[in-house]
Amino acid sequence: MKIKLLNGCEASAEGAISAGCKFYAGYPITPQNRYPEYMSERMEEIGGIFIQAESETSSINMVFGAAAAGFRSMTSSSSPGISLMQEGISYLSGCELPAVIVNMNRGGPGLGDVTPSQADYFQSTRGGGHGDYRTIVLAPWSCQEIHDYTYLAFDLADRYRNPTLVLGDGLIAQMYETVRIKPQKRRFAKKPWAINGCSGRKPNSLKSLFLTPGVLEAHNWKLASKFAKIEKREIRFEQYWCSDSSYILVSYGTCARIAKEAVQRAREEGIDIGLFRPITLWPFPYAQLGEYIKNAKKILVVEMNLGQMIDDVKIAAANSSARIFFYGRPGGGIPDPDEIYREIKKK
Amino acid sequence: MKIIYQRPESLTPATNTYCPGCGHGIIQKLIAEVIDELELRTKTIAIAPVGCAVLSYNYFNFDVTEAAHGRAPAVATAIKRLLPNRIVFTYQGDGDLAAIGTAEIIHAAARGENISVFFVNNAVYGMTKGQMAPTTIPGQKTTTTINGRIPEIHGYPLRICELLSSLDGVVYLERTTTSDISGILSTKKAIKKAFLQQMENKGMSFVEILATCPTNWKKNPLESMKWVKEVMEKYYPVKVYKNPSGTEK
Repeated sequence: MKIKLLNGCEASAEGAISAGCKFYAGYPITPQNRYPEYMSERMEEIGGIFIQAESETSSINMVFGAAAAGFRSMTSSSSPGISLMQEGISYLSGCELPAVIVNMNRGGPGLGDVTPSQADYFQSTRGGGHGDYRTIVLAPWSCQEIHDYTYLAFDLADRYRNPTLVLGDGLIAQMYETVRIKPQKRRFAKKPWAINGCSGRKPNSLKSLFLTPGVLEAHNWKLASKFAKIEKREIRFEQYWCSDSSYILVSYGTCARIAKEAVQRAREEGIDIGLFRPITLWPFPYAQLGEYIKNAKKILVVEMNLGQMIDDVKIAAANSSARIFFYGRPGGGIPDPDEIYREIKKK
Repeated sequence: MKIIYQRPESLTPATNTYCPGCGHGIIQKLIAEVIDELELRTKTIAIAPVGCAVLSYNYFNFDVTEAAHGRAPAVATAIKRLLPNRIVFTYQGDGDLAAIGTAEIIHAAARGENISVFFVNNAVYGMTKGQMAPTTIPGQKTTTTINGRIPEIHGYPLRICELLSSLDGVVYLERTTTSDISGILSTKKAIKKAFLQQMENKGMSFVEILATCPTNWKKNPLESMKWVKEVMEKYYPVKVYKNPSGTEK
């Protein structure tokens, strides 16, 4: 097993390569510039294709082409760039094409700043572009996890023929940790729908346009049943000390990792608190969180934004009488364990 | 009995949705004929635009994918890079290529992507029913320029061949017309040349084809052909802009 010291961009890129990614297109944007730089070298080494596109719009459409041709393909960017990609992600979903998009979330709105943020939660979990669709969203909290979940994202994208997001942030993009590299994936499911020349078969076409009345509706219902399957099978989360706690802190990504330290400290001082951490932000672990907070008295949601995941926590808490509190740091602010600890005590 | 003419294998038997006198039917048939003649059908991948030609996946009898509006050159770039021994072409209209997709076409051309681009210029937005296109000619009436295009107000038209001719990545660049039989035959020759360039891995081959849109021009098919000849060909000269070295003109 190979162990390497990598930052979050490199760790994620290695996860993609282990998963058989053969195509990367991207455009420089801070805080993930290391991603295209690293991929430009690595794609050449493995005989894949790297393209520095003229825009994020073009990057995602190149990924569309690569996915259409049946190759494992990806792009990475940060918030403003991901906004530009929403058109392409909607088309990927409409055409049922598998692809992986890594977002190293930075502060917004607009040009915002280049520091870590979780302000793209709504955009990531509600489809993001036009039309009725969802993307699978995986939220890692370490370099090891962004490696593992990028790998997983390729498998999920292929399994459901759906774009899959890895939602990191500026923190994970820039920090270095040791990472166990996953072994190279060698067996892949066939893609009989791919556009790669109709030798020995009937021509294939990929489209999201259905003009005949009722046909688009049927297509949407087909997508809905796929989304329902994903909601049933692919929920991932972690919880610490939630079974016996009347006070639950809910947080995700790097913010949850910071919060864990605050929760630990509070427990050492006798506060009856647990940490619930969704790993898939869509599908959101409503039922699982609902179970842990059924008898809770207090819920504290901590996010690096103005409060977005809290909407999902409220849905999960529909049958709970717990009071729900929020602590957020928008615009690129990063909470430290001390301030979260103080918030825990305050509520 | 001897067959002297039939539908090319590269076209499906589907009835197309183009209006009577529309240029798309002629041009798509020419592309299909060339693909048959070069025996490329099972190796060809087409990228359809947004606009009237979006439904070309119903008419072409080979692999076709849709692309978002204007993004066909980006989609084609990835497919050709990953499958270099396939023949990849985009088929785009003037709104698709010369307005919303200008960044994609210029940068695919600048990178010298080894794809063929067939750019159908009919000086109007067809599918949305007749708005001003980037190639609408000064004075031409459209639904968004009801008194005719006035450059001082609506800007000047884009001459795409002239614009692309400065780029080293484009090896073959020609503007053809479909206003008469000889123009149509020249267009077919240009399409063939474009594919041959691609087969030799030379770089981007680009053919702009002047075409009719009788419905949105509010002209009958014959008047439309005449308008292409008398008005469009004056503004958009029919000629070879770039010829690969070592090939005949």
